[in-house]
Amino acid sequence: MAYLELDRVAKQFGAQTVVDDFSLSVGKGEFISFLGPSGCGKTTTLQMIAGFLDPTRGAIRLEGKDLTAIHPAKRGLGIVFQSYALFPHMTAAENVAFGLEMRNVARGERAERVRAALAMVGLAGYEDRHPRRMSGGQQQRVALARALVIKPSVLLLDEPLSNLDAKLREEMQIELRQIQRTIGTTTILVTHDQSEAMSLSDRIVVMSQGKIEQIGTPQETYERPASAFVSQFLGKTNDFAGAIDRTATPARLVAGSWSAPAPAGLNGAVTVSIRPERIGFGDAGLSAKIVTRIFQGNHWLFQCDSECGPAIVIRQNDGQAQPAEGDAVRLAWRPEDMSVRARAVA
Amino acid sequence: MSMAAEERSARAPWALTAPALMLFVGVLLIPLAMTVMLSFHDWGQYKGIEPVFILKNWHEIATDPYYAEMFWRTFRIAILTTLLTALLGAPEAYILNRMSGRWKSFFLLVILGPLLISVVARTLGWALLFGGNNGLVNKLLMSLGVMRYPIPFMFTETGMVVALAHVMMPFMVLSVWAALQRLDPQIENAAMSLGAGPATIIRRIIVPQIMPGVLSGAIIVFSLSASAFATPAIIGGRRLKVAATLAYDEFLNTLNWPLGAAVATLLLVALVLIVVGSNALIERRYAEVFR
Repeated sequence: MAYLELDRVAKQFGAQTVVDDFSLSVGKGEFISFLGPSGCGKTTTLQMIAGFLDPTRGAIRLEGKDLTAIHPAKRGLGIVFQSYALFPHMTAAENVAFGLEMRNVARGERAERVRAALAMVGLAGYEDRHPRRMSGGQQQRVALARALVIKPSVLLLDEPLSNLDAKLREEMQIELRQIQRTIGTTTILVTHDQSEAMSLSDRIVVMSQGKIEQIGTPQETYERPASAFVSQFLGKTNDFAGAIDRTATPARLVAGSWSAPAPAGLNGAVTVSIRPERIGFGDAGLSAKIVTRIFQGNHWLFQCDSECGPAIVIRQNDGQAQPAEGDAVRLAWRPEDMSVRARAVA
Repeated sequence: MSMAAEERSARAPWALTAPALMLFVGVLLIPLAMTVMLSFHDWGQYKGIEPVFILKNWHEIATDPYYAEMFWRTFRIAILTTLLTALLGAPEAYILNRMSGRWKSFFLLVILGPLLISVVARTLGWALLFGGNNGLVNKLLMSLGVMRYPIPFMFTETGMVVALAHVMMPFMVLSVWAALQRLDPQIENAAMSLGAGPATIIRRIIVPQIMPGVLSGAIIVFSLSASAFATPAIIGGRRLKVAATLAYDEFLNTLNWPLGAAVATLLLVALVLIVVGSNALIERRYAEVFR
């Protein structure tokens, strides 16, 4: 049975529907990310789970019990806010102890658990520091310790890493994943950063304009995007206009001078979607000219002008000679690496 | 850079601030110094002011319990006014801060509106409502049979505190409001998610964080109340004098300018000491938290 279940949840502000028909079941111990651009309803959904907002329709259940009937203060969820929302007038230890105090945990046990929680996030020895005298990363760790020390049934993370610089963010991602694996708390992360969602989650919920676009493992959502939105949002992608030619036998999928056997179930105009790292330079295929070539250490990035519009190609820096700017090339890929969708013709 | 240019650039700040400095020296420092000097001069009913250096006025203030009573009353009223504005103004600012956009700006205007009206007019309003047998409220209550005698308001310390608190309220509300603006908008949700109820959130999370705002508001209200003139003059009149009205009377009724100057100087010095002292205390107390 699902541990946390959202059943056709919707939220309306006046006439505006911010979240619509959101259904998801989360298994115990799972790490789920809500991924989408700002305004897609991911934070609203998180706030409904937290209880800061009431859903307009639908049900949220935790272990089969209706969560929306429980006051937010009694839900027992751990929340890390984007701004951390630490109590600036309390020390790190007092911040972490606050939730335990509210639960009337005895003084001795409280001190022990606070110490353990701060040690877990790597802040042993920082007990008496005030938040204002800590770095962003340290404040983030205090916020995490404060949320985890109450042994929450679900940990909710609202863009927790977005205020950190790139290097620190990467470190915290690894640490967050390790901590989550160790204690096994069911976790929901809200983020607009696709690489963060991919590196942390068991499953990603891709959202756009209040609706779920796709639910799947990071690999599934990247390799088999369910919609144009997902393929555009998760990493770079090339969309080529193509067509299915049923006059040939067997039917063929044609995009410019590239062609392959047609997939079943589609007809007429289609969009061929292919990741830049899955395109190779070959002797046959889409003809293109390289406009710019950018060296990025472990890989090369090519921007090409193809017969089906602009194209991006990424090649591993494996020591092979690469085509230069201005070279005419042929772009080819394996049919199993692309996804094909019907295209509306204007 | 040449020597001349260097010299010119060193002089520039002085030249630029000169007009303001001259105004400051001319209308504040010189009169202030003259008032302090005046407090050491002699005065007699028939001889007028004699520019000599004596401690007569200061000796009189120090030994005559009449002056001690005046000053104690002044500070008692200022402290009570400060407490009243803090008790009412802090919740007022908190409620205001939680209102939604349109109501917020409307009520902010309501709170600040009185600042646009003269203190004299506002205080006379209190006098019209509660002034003896003819005060509107008193008349109403007595005609309804609720009270047999008018509510004692005029010429009482209570009346003075109430009227002063009314005048000073915007300063407290604005000061607390500024502190509330610095609060993390998610801080109450954070406390709630950890299991805190509304009362606990206010007591443990909100109040400690807006305390610096309350205290700086208190300093403003206290110093303005202790040196207030119009409100005590109208509500207290001759019967219930405070330091400011006392100095005024010495200057303009008794014509004993040196004694009035001594009273004014003492009030100024006492206020500066209290304000600077409490400000230092507050800054030290909250240095760790609010840098």
